[in-house]
Amino acid sequence: MTATRKAVEAVWRIESARLIGGLVRIVRDVGLAEDLAQEALVTAMERWPTAGIPENPGAWLMASAKNRAIDQLRQRQMQDRKHDAIEAAGLPVTGTDLETAIDENVGDDLLRLMLIACHPVLSMEARVALTLRLLGGLTTDEIARAFLLPEPTIAQRIVRAKRTLTEARVPFEVPRGADLPARLSSVLEAVYLIFNEGYAATKGDDWTRPELCEEALRLGRILAQLVPEEAEVHGLVALMEIQASRLRARVGPSGELVLLLDQDRTRWDQLLIHRGLAALARAEALEQPLGPYTVQAAIAGCHARAHTAAETDWNRIVALYDALVELTQSPVVALNRAVAVSMAFGPAAGLELVDALVNEPALASYHLLPSVRGDFLAKLGRNDEARKELERAAGLAQNARERDLLLLRAKACETRPLS
Amino acid sequence: MRVMVFVPGDKNSEAGKMPSEELVGKMMKFNEDLVKAGVMLAGDGLTPLSKAKRVKFSGSQRTVVDGPFAASKEIIAGYWIWQVKSMEEAVEWLKRAPFDGGVEVTLRPIFDPEDFGKELTPELRAKQQQLQAEAERLRKS
Repeated sequence: MTATRKAVEAVWRIESARLIGGLVRIVRDVGLAEDLAQEALVTAMERWPTAGIPENPGAWLMASAKNRAIDQLRQRQMQDRKHDAIEAAGLPVTGTDLETAIDENVGDDLLRLMLIACHPVLSMEARVALTLRLLGGLTTDEIARAFLLPEPTIAQRIVRAKRTLTEARVPFEVPRGADLPARLSSVLEAVYLIFNEGYAATKGDDWTRPELCEEALRLGRILAQLVPEEAEVHGLVALMEIQASRLRARVGPSGELVLLLDQDRTRWDQLLIHRGLAALARAEALEQPLGPYTVQAAIAGCHARAHTAAETDWNRIVALYDALVELTQSPVVALNRAVAVSMAFGPAAGLELVDALVNEPALASYHLLPSVRGDFLAKLGRNDEARKELERAAGLAQNARERDLLLLRAKACETRPLS
Repeated sequence: MRVMVFVPGDKNSEAGKMPSEELVGKMMKFNEDLVKAGVMLAGDGLTPLSKAKRVKFSGSQRTVVDGPFAASKEIIAGYWIWQVKSMEEAVEWLKRAPFDGGVEVTLRPIFDPEDFGKELTPELRAKQQQLQAEAERLRKS
């Protein structure tokens, strides 16, 4: 790859979201906006290697895309409405005025783009793909590789998502007031899903894919700047920063998974912990009713503050889980709470809670249920039962590294003498 | 990847003189852009070398020297830590910074722990695994 090509890609990474966001405002069509932005990129790829990268590449791309938009709309004699929209947007075509016009609206443009990319009419898969594509500036191929899927699958998801948005006539206004948090939660969900796929890959041979975590963190940090008045956005950022601080301690020397309490805490990334705790403080300072991300961040913060596993404030963590169960009503959270309870009050107390979850349909094929249950049984010296549970967990786990660890733990139950 | 950007100082910054209001404004805007793009992880300005200290190591001896120091060729007046996808992205960002007057700003990638992982020889790796196994055994006993 030539140096200029790499530089153009870097410019794209920096500019694409605001470019597409600005174009969406003008043409009111995500598909068209993205096409126009892509065409401007192609033109840049052709011209910049000889002419050099312009001083303000963002404004250059915008001017190029806007000219193309006007040309195309004229050629196709598209509906008056869209044409008028361009005229009405009244953007100057070149120079510093254009730059200012883009800059002034950039916050709104980005927020609008995020809300559209994560619109509730779209499936979660579609939201994730579209968000990475439109806001992250990732190519279809990069998204496909990140999710270990064939490229055509992702390409199709994106095409369908854009079509769905057009057909559903999704409004382009940024909702205000009480509607905003509801729409935002759909964005937060998609961002956290991207993060989690990087933090605990559901598929493949690698236990983590840090580049996905970095991408999600970047999106979260951008979002926190766009809507600083929303506590849950800071809560999510805090949660991701603190979890990401453990990424390098989470994987052992030969790629194996290392669980939280077994991690070498000196390898935790103090810069990210510091950032995470600061974001948590921002969320809490807004004095809004605690949301699930902020509570999870507070739990993560308890771990981050403990210099050794033994110093963990399990009582506080149990209390936070109580709140989280209340908020989410999620059986997965209830399972996590059982782990916290076992740490605070012993494995028997934990086992009692887990046994109550065994018939929960939502957890029927969730590998962590038998994994946790097996762990409690092992701690109680019920090794035979423990081994069976851990083997069952291994059979349900999708990630190869996680499966290995579960089988190892199951094997440990065999060799350990009965106590 | 993370990069560290070293902002060089000059006579004025060493004399504790603040830059012009215009430059401060431009720098604030640039910092704001970095934060808004989710690129900025950390960044600070540094006080003049007159407030610095140096510790010299020779064998078991530790000698502390107060700043400013006689032979300081390159003075650093500030730093940023950025999270970017590539050095090219970092360079594109740096190009937008409001520096002038022939100043040269250096960008350096920060080592990823993975980078050390690759440097580990098989012997060292085996040693590390052995230590881990040992620790694991102790923890379980």
